[in-house]
Amino acid sequence: MSLNPLAPINVRFAGLGGTGVIKASDIFADVVFRLGRTVKKAEVHGMSQRGGSVQSDVRFGAEVHSPMIPDGACDFLVVLEPSQVEVVRGGLRPGGVLLTPADLDVARLPTAKALNVALLGRLSRHFDFPEQSWRDSLRTHFADKLHAANDQAFDLGRGA
Amino acid sequence: MSPSEDSSGRLLLSGNEAVALAALHCGVALGTGYPGTPSTEILESFGAWGGKAQWAPNEKVAAEVALGAAFARARVICTMKHVGLNVAADVLFTMTYSGVDGGYVLVVADDPGMASSQNEQDSRRYAEAAAAPMFEPADSQEAYDLLRTAFEVSERWHLPVLFRLTTRVCHSKSPVMPRFPVGVAPAQTGVPAPEFIRNIAGRVMVPGHAKPAHKRLRAKLADLQAWNEAEGPNRVERRSGSLGVITSGISYHHVREAAPDASVLKLGLSHPLPLKTLREFAGSVERCVVIEENDPWLATACRAAGLAVESKDDAIFRFGELNVDRVRRIVARDASPEPVPPRGKPPELCAGCPHRSSFEVLKELDCIVSGDIGCYTLAALPPLAAMDMMIDMGAAVGMGLGLRHVLPRDQAKRVVSVIGDSTFLHGGLPGLVEMAYNPPATGHVLVILDNGTTAMTGQQEHPGTGRQLDGAATYQVSYEAMARAAGVRNVVTLNPIREKARFKELLAEALRKDELTVFIARSPCILAAGRIVAWRMELKAKEAAGVTAGACGPDCTCGNAPGGAEEDGLDADCRAASPDAAAGLDKAGCGDPAPQC
Repeated sequence: MSLNPLAPINVRFAGLGGTGVIKASDIFADVVFRLGRTVKKAEVHGMSQRGGSVQSDVRFGAEVHSPMIPDGACDFLVVLEPSQVEVVRGGLRPGGVLLTPADLDVARLPTAKALNVALLGRLSRHFDFPEQSWRDSLRTHFADKLHAANDQAFDLGRGA
Repeated sequence: MSPSEDSSGRLLLSGNEAVALAALHCGVALGTGYPGTPSTEILESFGAWGGKAQWAPNEKVAAEVALGAAFARARVICTMKHVGLNVAADVLFTMTYSGVDGGYVLVVADDPGMASSQNEQDSRRYAEAAAAPMFEPADSQEAYDLLRTAFEVSERWHLPVLFRLTTRVCHSKSPVMPRFPVGVAPAQTGVPAPEFIRNIAGRVMVPGHAKPAHKRLRAKLADLQAWNEAEGPNRVERRSGSLGVITSGISYHHVREAAPDASVLKLGLSHPLPLKTLREFAGSVERCVVIEENDPWLATACRAAGLAVESKDDAIFRFGELNVDRVRRIVARDASPEPVPPRGKPPELCAGCPHRSSFEVLKELDCIVSGDIGCYTLAALPPLAAMDMMIDMGAAVGMGLGLRHVLPRDQAKRVVSVIGDSTFLHGGLPGLVEMAYNPPATGHVLVILDNGTTAMTGQQEHPGTGRQLDGAATYQVSYEAMARAAGVRNVVTLNPIREKARFKELLAEALRKDELTVFIARSPCILAAGRIVAWRMELKAKEAAGVTAGACGPDCTCGNAPGGAEEDGLDADCRAASPDAAAGLDKAGCGDPAPQC
């Protein structure tokens, strides 16, 4: 990822309030944390949740200081809402990975709300974490009745 | 939901959760406060994990309830956002004189950058002004560890202690190694059982008692300062001799990333300041820079003590929160214009929100709206642009009255005070009394927007919902009865969505009259409607089974309970909203079953 082996991996989730940004970042941070990494996660709750722009930063590695990703230092930028791509694109470092709904066949989503899980599936292809750790985390973050739809959405992203 | 845990027993916690878990593990007997971003989740988590947690009507009451418990030798926490400390300031400034017998930690969450606040005041000023010790954790682990130290300091010096968080400490998650598992409230050793021990001279702050109390307070602070120098929770990290940074809180982590080679003096107990430690550190490096968010409080204190320190350029960095990039600029003395991030989408009222309907009526009648704090403040933004002022909680009523008193009659007749249910109970009630006590010649109109929850901070209960923090049934305040008791004769309850035309008609009529009118615009927050209907169904089932819920239920005939017809309006709306809401969905597209709005 970065030239400095100690530098953290920076993953930013962005979108609008209510699109599942915070949930996606919670699930991702949980996956990484349970694998024993040092993780920090930063977001702001409050006004931003009323349909406004929302972003949540997850940083992990051998050493993580600030919980907030510096300007232009995102290794991965996961944008859940197409209208926000241009707003947040500047956060990506040169050569960083941008993931958006355009990377998926959204028509095949079990429900529109599962977009965040599908993008997590897409993100999972970039890490060598055990697939089961992603599925376990999904299970702890959603009600049982949503597991089937989430598995389907995750598969859609991971296979896409 | 229980927090993430890794194989070594570490938990991934927000700063708020870390404070809550520490409170549980420190044997806190009572947690009280008023919801306010970014502090709200502390009491919610403390309650969810088994602590006794409750919402007070406002921060002053919360701080007083906590003080009583601390007089009885218990350990207590009281939580609020920075502006809440203004409301509780009256208690704060004298409870440092009286001191406490138990352990009292007042957690205050500042919001540099104003992610969700009306100002970016700096609570460190309160620590100094009220002579209260102040702890400043930098992350979740420190929040967990320092809370215990804060109780030990509070109990050793018999002082209430301030525990300052900031938005990024509250809402960032980082690993915490706890002393005990989640949900375990271990027995405390060395902490006395609550008991009343009379101490009139120590607790009745008449001048004859307060004069020696003030001297005692200053002596305690001097002693605490000596302790802070010798063994306080401060840390010197020796690296480069050319650059040293003095810092505290979240800024520490930005500094470690922005200037990894710098030596650092990190303060954990920032009032009373360990001046000798600061002097030694400043003298040990060629260049010493103070890095702090908000006011130049620390830099000013260092300079007053004669230390040669640099500080941020306050023309630039006093505004907004710090981050790694900004700390790099401060260290590099870079005063060039900062990059302006692209504008995101501003927040707005949810589709189907009852406040939309209310403000459409106010706009159509060309009202001058004295507004207040809550989701409905969003009505000030285009396209509604239907709120003319918002300053602090409860101000809607007083500001509206002031306008009425002095404006020319044609303008005065257009003035309406608009306030939410929780905000009314928090700070609007004395304004209602003022309205009847000193009525303007043109009368006045107060609209209470009752959506059945404290929506803005994430749907907390309050005395008007009939439920306590954990959802348990309790007495439900009646706004109608309060307005009548204050002396207002015209009291109208209506549903602003279903009865919008009637609302407009009756509001126009009220504005024509030179009388006092209170409207209760009652329709549930669409995000909370599912929970409200579930609770009502449960309550009805209990009543059918012969269990009395609160002290005074809807069927009570004492005349003080909320009226049946008024209740029905909320009920019907809840039922209408329930199919989606009860399923964890909502009509605004806020997808989480429990969105943090």
